[in-house]
Amino acid sequence: MAQKKFVVGCFDDEAVLFPAVKQVRAAGYKIKDVYTPFAVHGLDHALGMRETSLHTAGFIYGITGTTTAISCISWIFTKDWPLNIGGKPHFALPAWIPIIFELTVLFAAVGMVLTFCYLCQLAPGVKKHRFHNRATDDLFVMVIECSDKTNTDDLKALLSSNGALETDVQIAEDGWWFGTYDNDNDNLYNNKQLA
Amino acid sequence: MHLKYESQLREPLVYGNKTYAQVTEDIVRPIEAKPSRLWYIGFFIAVTLLMFGAYSVYREVTYGIGQWNLNKTIGWGWDITNFVWWVGIGHAGTLISAVLLLFRQGWRTGVNRAAEAMTIFAVMCAGQFPIFHMGRVWMAFFVMPYPNSRGPLWVNFNSPLLWDVFAISTYFTVSLLFWYSGLIPDFATVRDRAFTKLRKKLYGIASFGWTGSTKHWQRHESLSLVLAGLSTPLVLSVHTIVSFDFATSVIPGWHTTIFPPYFVAGAIFSGFAMVQSLLIIVRKVFGLEDYITIGHIDLMNKVIVLTGSIVGIAYLTELFMGWYSQNKYEGYTFWYSRAYLFSPYGWSYWGMMACNVLSPQIFWSRKMRRNVFVTFFMSIIVNIGMWFERFVIIVTSLYRDYLPSSWSVYYSPTIWEIGFYVGTFGLFFTCFFLFAKYFPVIAVAEIKYVLKRSGESFKPGMEKIEAQELESFVHDQAHAH
Repeated sequence: MAQKKFVVGCFDDEAVLFPAVKQVRAAGYKIKDVYTPFAVHGLDHALGMRETSLHTAGFIYGITGTTTAISCISWIFTKDWPLNIGGKPHFALPAWIPIIFELTVLFAAVGMVLTFCYLCQLAPGVKKHRFHNRATDDLFVMVIECSDKTNTDDLKALLSSNGALETDVQIAEDGWWFGTYDNDNDNLYNNKQLA
Repeated sequence: MHLKYESQLREPLVYGNKTYAQVTEDIVRPIEAKPSRLWYIGFFIAVTLLMFGAYSVYREVTYGIGQWNLNKTIGWGWDITNFVWWVGIGHAGTLISAVLLLFRQGWRTGVNRAAEAMTIFAVMCAGQFPIFHMGRVWMAFFVMPYPNSRGPLWVNFNSPLLWDVFAISTYFTVSLLFWYSGLIPDFATVRDRAFTKLRKKLYGIASFGWTGSTKHWQRHESLSLVLAGLSTPLVLSVHTIVSFDFATSVIPGWHTTIFPPYFVAGAIFSGFAMVQSLLIIVRKVFGLEDYITIGHIDLMNKVIVLTGSIVGIAYLTELFMGWYSQNKYEGYTFWYSRAYLFSPYGWSYWGMMACNVLSPQIFWSRKMRRNVFVTFFMSIIVNIGMWFERFVIIVTSLYRDYLPSSWSVYYSPTIWEIGFYVGTFGLFFTCFFLFAKYFPVIAVAEIKYVLKRSGESFKPGMEKIEAQELESFVHDQAHAH
């Protein structure tokens, strides 16, 4: 939890955004993030982000489900309480395939969603700073973190010359905190200011 | 550009001159506006039906299964018919959102949200029937395998009924997760343009603090794709397992290997019909004709005629096998109990044939597929037909057992059996009315994603293309890649 200084540039067209991302990165600035109203394909590569490994996590959760199902059912039906069902074998693997499959899917899906929420820090009651209210509507909001040496005016000029409609400087919380969106004054920075 | 190329000849998915802001405005506005009088009337009716259903269930729980007209051989009557019917309806949502995502069918974006909601509500309704059919519903948790003080006595993992417990609960959970993970960004959109305190607070909680960060979108895309990949075999497995409830028994009429594909096709068939009924109302009431276009209705009708014909082939195959096997019990079930019009339940078989096989053939005509009134009427007919199908399968196979001594008297439901069914309609529509009022009924972010390659205003019109010289057309298209 820390307040940091950010320069914000808003774009209204992804066709303008992509060259701007390139220019800003070429000028040596580190783009913290670009907030977009929908998944803009290729933007993650343009920003130099690595591929997510979420699907690998999903695979691991899936096989955890498979092994859980196989081991539980076989222990129950061969060791703990072998039921005689019409003289059929106790280890009746073909009959267990439906449940093994369902548990694989269940574990993979639940595990992946929880991991996704954890990685993105999403949960009910979590609040984060919004750099622009229209970032979930129709604007692509580029946010660049400032260091001590950053000249904000230069950076704003660079953003404007690359097609940003609005630019401004914001001091904001970097992380998340518990809060609701009906009260704009509940983040730590503003509370300090008020006190 | 990084946008996917789409043929200019393809019908637009979004009509009208839209911008990103306009898309948000069109879809979120109904949430912010006061509900119409029509909404209140519909909601009131739904809640009334739900209350009637609740009373019917109360009687069943208090006095026992005797409140229903089940008898010695017909142990499964309306309740399991309704269960299979609702589960079937619950298949279109995941099919649209998952299978069509894997097949890169862009048109799913207009309809997936409402279809997934429908899936979840339909599965909720379906679940009521087997649970209350247990009789002692307060012991419903006995179906779960857990260490207990009765031995421990475990559930039977070799039983299709237990497979069903796992299949339906997994299906419900995964569909819910898929639906909600798609809703998070859209809730954030509603939150960020909200002007009342309450709305900011509630949608703020519902949106989980979503910001639209590129990294989050990247993970979100990965999550959606993997969930789609998981849901595709899942949706096929669920109705396969439901069909195993019947197919693994030794009852003539149930004991057939054709059941899994036949049930899955039937489920998609009835699910798409229900999606049509609901979306035709939704697009009219909320003025969303630009997003749920006539092209969407056309495409869904194509699915209906395809799956309806698959179901038709399955009916004919069953009849053929009833004769070809030369098994007298099979022959009796298929050729007397079902296909003979004047047998006690012959009416239900021919009702099923008329609704499911004959009437959807109208959709071979493009004009009919694109007619909203015909589509709405047909969607109701198809769902009546699919209800008949489950009734036929269950009751006509059960009412005459191997021995004439166990031939049962004519089965017809009591008012409380009907009330239970009506009550699930109440539950379904209560949920759906709330969904339509408080949730974005169309996936806002996904529409924005397809807007610039499939929106009408971003594509040259057909007239322009037709007027173009062939050579310049080829030239333009070659460069569009």
